[in-house]
Amino acid sequence: MTSTATHCPYCALQCAMSLDGRRVRPREFPTNRGGLCQKGWTSAEVLTAAGRLTTPLVRRDGVLRPASWDDALDVVATRLAGLRAEHGPDSVAVFGGGGLTNEKAYQLGKFARVALGSAQIDYNGRFCMSSAAAAGTRAFGLDRGMPFPVTDLDDSGAVLLAGSNPAETMPPFVQHLRGAELIVVDPRRSATAEQATLHLQPAPGTDLALALGLLHTAVAEGLIDEKYLAERTTGFEETWLVAAAWWPERVERVTGVSAADQLAAVRILAAADTAHVLTGRGAEQHASGTDTTSAWINFALALGLPGTPGSGFGCLTGQGNGQGGREHGQKADQLPGYRKIDDPAAREHVAGVWGVDPASLPGPGRSAYELLDALGEPAGPRALLVFGSNLLVSAPRSNHVAQRLAALDLLVVADVVLSETAQAADVVFPVTQWAEESGTTTSLEGRVLLRERALPAPDGVRSDLDLLHGLAVRLGQPAERFPVEPEVVFDELRRASAGGPADYSGVTYSRLRDGEALHWPVPAPGHPGTPRLFLDRFAHPDGLARLVPVDHRGPAEPQDADFPLHATTGRLLQHYQSGAQTRRVRELVEAAPEAHVEVHPDTATRAGLADGALAAVVSRRGRTVARVRCVPSMRLDVVFLPFHFPGEGRANLLTNPALDPTSRMPEFKVCAVRLEQP
Amino acid sequence: MSARRVVVVGYGMAGARFAEEVRRRDPSGDRVALTVVGQERHAAYNRVLLSGVVAGTMRADAVRLQTADWADAHGVDLRLGATACGIDRDRRVVRLADDSEVGYDALVLATGSRPWIPPTEGLTDPDGSLAPGVVAFRTLDDCVRITSLAAPGTPVAVVGGGLLGLEAARGLAGRGCLVTVVHPVGHLMERQLDAGAGRVLARALEGLGIEFRLGALATKYLAGDGLALDDGTRVPAELVVVSAGVRAETGLAADAGIAVDRGVLVDDALRTDDPRVHAIGDCAQHTGTVGGLVQPAWEQAAVLADRLTGTAPGARYTGTPVVTRLKARDVDLAALGDVHVEVDCPDSEVLCFADPTRGRYAKLVLRDDRVTGAILLGAPDAAAAITQLYDRDLPAPTDRLALLLGRTLPGEAAVASPADLPGSAVVCRCNTVSKAQLVTAWRAGATTPSALAERTRATTGCGGCKDAVRDVSAWLASTS
Repeated sequence: MTSTATHCPYCALQCAMSLDGRRVRPREFPTNRGGLCQKGWTSAEVLTAAGRLTTPLVRRDGVLRPASWDDALDVVATRLAGLRAEHGPDSVAVFGGGGLTNEKAYQLGKFARVALGSAQIDYNGRFCMSSAAAAGTRAFGLDRGMPFPVTDLDDSGAVLLAGSNPAETMPPFVQHLRGAELIVVDPRRSATAEQATLHLQPAPGTDLALALGLLHTAVAEGLIDEKYLAERTTGFEETWLVAAAWWPERVERVTGVSAADQLAAVRILAAADTAHVLTGRGAEQHASGTDTTSAWINFALALGLPGTPGSGFGCLTGQGNGQGGREHGQKADQLPGYRKIDDPAAREHVAGVWGVDPASLPGPGRSAYELLDALGEPAGPRALLVFGSNLLVSAPRSNHVAQRLAALDLLVVADVVLSETAQAADVVFPVTQWAEESGTTTSLEGRVLLRERALPAPDGVRSDLDLLHGLAVRLGQPAERFPVEPEVVFDELRRASAGGPADYSGVTYSRLRDGEALHWPVPAPGHPGTPRLFLDRFAHPDGLARLVPVDHRGPAEPQDADFPLHATTGRLLQHYQSGAQTRRVRELVEAAPEAHVEVHPDTATRAGLADGALAAVVSRRGRTVARVRCVPSMRLDVVFLPFHFPGEGRANLLTNPALDPTSRMPEFKVCAVRLEQP
Repeated sequence: MSARRVVVVGYGMAGARFAEEVRRRDPSGDRVALTVVGQERHAAYNRVLLSGVVAGTMRADAVRLQTADWADAHGVDLRLGATACGIDRDRRVVRLADDSEVGYDALVLATGSRPWIPPTEGLTDPDGSLAPGVVAFRTLDDCVRITSLAAPGTPVAVVGGGLLGLEAARGLAGRGCLVTVVHPVGHLMERQLDAGAGRVLARALEGLGIEFRLGALATKYLAGDGLALDDGTRVPAELVVVSAGVRAETGLAADAGIAVDRGVLVDDALRTDDPRVHAIGDCAQHTGTVGGLVQPAWEQAAVLADRLTGTAPGARYTGTPVVTRLKARDVDLAALGDVHVEVDCPDSEVLCFADPTRGRYAKLVLRDDRVTGAILLGAPDAAAAITQLYDRDLPAPTDRLALLLGRTLPGEAAVASPADLPGSAVVCRCNTVSKAQLVTAWRAGATTPSALAERTRATTGCGGCKDAVRDVSAWLASTS
């Protein structure tokens, strides 16, 4: 039996593995060092999961019925063309995903702008990495989640993790934290926090105040790097004016983190020869997520970490291709190569590669939640094509999103299984998954990885590239404009990205097959890639990093008498995102079968709830039913829910779609709730 | 409609904050035309950080609240070095010392407070100004003067053992001065602390080199001779720092016939008895409370900005829970609410823990499960947690002892022996492998760690459980 070297289909660590038939073996690689978590070990089970889609489905008389590919494509193309003719190109919208390969993400953006002529495309990475991306771009002039290889962390003296729980979300990553003094910032005593030297436990939605407080303490203790600030940054003076008002005792009152622990954290970081500050979704998924990330970057800059050999600032990307997925044009305001869609030079370059008139490219469209919110509204899209996303579980304020999807004239979903969103569709296309197709991803460290096809797809299943080709041709596009071979698409992506911030032009499948470690930018075929960015200069024209004066705002929805608790959401080790894949793996379901809510035992008792009983968690937007898990380390006024479960166990029935003004990130991480009997 | 003319008298922490809050709500100045009259020559600064300046941890230029061009950039008419000397409420004008006038539609008094100097002979010169070698601890200029006189080895007397006096004393001791605190009451910070806490605090500060003369009044200061006390002793002092409390600056209001008690009287709308005149910060007296802390001042500034910009015309200020935090290196003290309650008080639940040797004292007063008072000395985690309960009016956890200790301690991990672990205990988190699964695999022949890994996947994720799996394997080998 042949063995194929590949990478795990789940998170952004992209653990290396081999597939011998359908048998997974871990593989040595710098990121996972031969480790796999339970999701990785069992990932091949999804290939043969019960309920795997093998035929297109078209809703007729209210029921999804099997149809041929040609019939299904004809139905969709005809209706899209009709809507476009009657209501204009923006009446058709596209929603992508951070799990799609670079090739698919690229082709999806091109399909929307060229075949549909629609500005209305965004993707679920808006719910994931958008705040990190906005803050990184603002500070450094460029967003690559980790601008250094993961293995740099092995030699770090101290690491501060703000709002990240890698012991559950990317377990093999934890190997890289073993050498450092670890400081974990998390409202929960997470599995990662338990391993930390110091756990700072702020109230949800107060991370920004905490970051300001640490900056204040660093200044008061004389621990900032004044030479670095003078030579490599601008904006410290204005930033200090804000941080000056956040003395440790005030920060303590807002966050609940003691002044003594703030001081301890700063001293640990400053005493280390090399140190890193890393953020995750806990810091970023807020209506002030961009500013919160900026506050952590400001702190890291004050300590002189970014762009200093052996030290750095990074954001831990979540989804499998969360990095590459945000670079190549499925984002509302973006063109391939991390170009801005409103930049005339970018439009001209990309239009040239695509063989179209630059003027024909639409401008920026709505961000993800705003797009969903507009569906079926008079000025909004009437059709939506969904790729690699399970919106009814993963988008905020699920009930409302369900209403908007129901208001569409046409909902088309391409997926591997009949996800909750696919069940609501008018047309469903069965598409290939990991291992049945080739394609590249870009991991959390900005390294481009090739996942080669290891197995034939089941009969009746086609790749997303095939699907896009079929629709594009039916919509009047030349067949050669939408190739179906991943490597051909990638070669076009290389040209489209050439000269852009995320330049892939020097990356080829053959270099990747040869095992070259290529971190973008790779601006020429002979270029060795860029494992570490910013060592000499940051990507702003003047080469300097920007400290951005940002101030604390607090949760968009404060606690009150009716909703006295804050709910925060996150992931479990056994499940991935909406659980559409992992909930079909027996072993994972046995280990984590259903929604639960973590509660302080006193809070449960006051609500008349016992450990192990079912509880209703109620917000202004919905009601979730979950099993009570009493956890003494929880704050009394906070509950936690994992967001992987469907139906009435959906944590996102509760969440608040208040949006970050810059990144348009919804406030997943804190909303006001109360506990009730189910 | 033209913009409402709002005039602020006072450019300290309350006045400057109010100006910022107004411009945050009305960036273009369409709704409010703002004039700020400030007596000091320099830009507003952060008084909270002044003890850091005295201690030498904060540079004097790092404590300003706004950049020099803030007012210009935000369309605020800022008049520094200008003194308001009268209010004509009929004509709605403020008269300045240079005889110019500023008209207002709404007037905001943010005049702050001034230090109270005890009537001790020799502290002041006949003209009322402080004698050479005597400095109040109030302004940035005071701090600069103190630090210029506070060379290592200098004997310093601090008059007043309240919060600010102790912060100054701690800072000066840190600079190597020989500091003696003279306090007329029998224990330190008597408003915020009970006698027990005061004693532990004094002992902790003595350990940092500060001496105390408690229950003693200074009777006379003579330069070169030091400070004479009413018990007949003498405290050597080349520098006397006076921190004996403050008095609200109410003169301007009182002269204009506005109702004044210990401060300018205001209602929940922060209005005085003249609806066009408001007061915030240290000069204001709201429901019997006169300021002195920054948190109420800033909350008042926000409420008043809501009202005067029309952003939220019905906004109300209903008071701020007071939490006192001593900012002194190596001493962590928080006090809040009413702490003058005996342990056996029948109406309250009172917990008290004292550990003078290690400088720790914790007192917690609860009523109906709510924290109504607390003193936490040398217990920073408890201070943070209890403050959260107090501020957010949360019921206290039933495990009072854990609360007093400061951390809800998770059950100690059963690391003693694999034999003691329950079968359901997860040994390998990354692959959800329980002890029972390891036992089963071992009995089925996987008797080495690598065989156990092969069979169960334990240790194959992050590898953090390698020792635990080895221990389980060794334990099974020893018991078979």
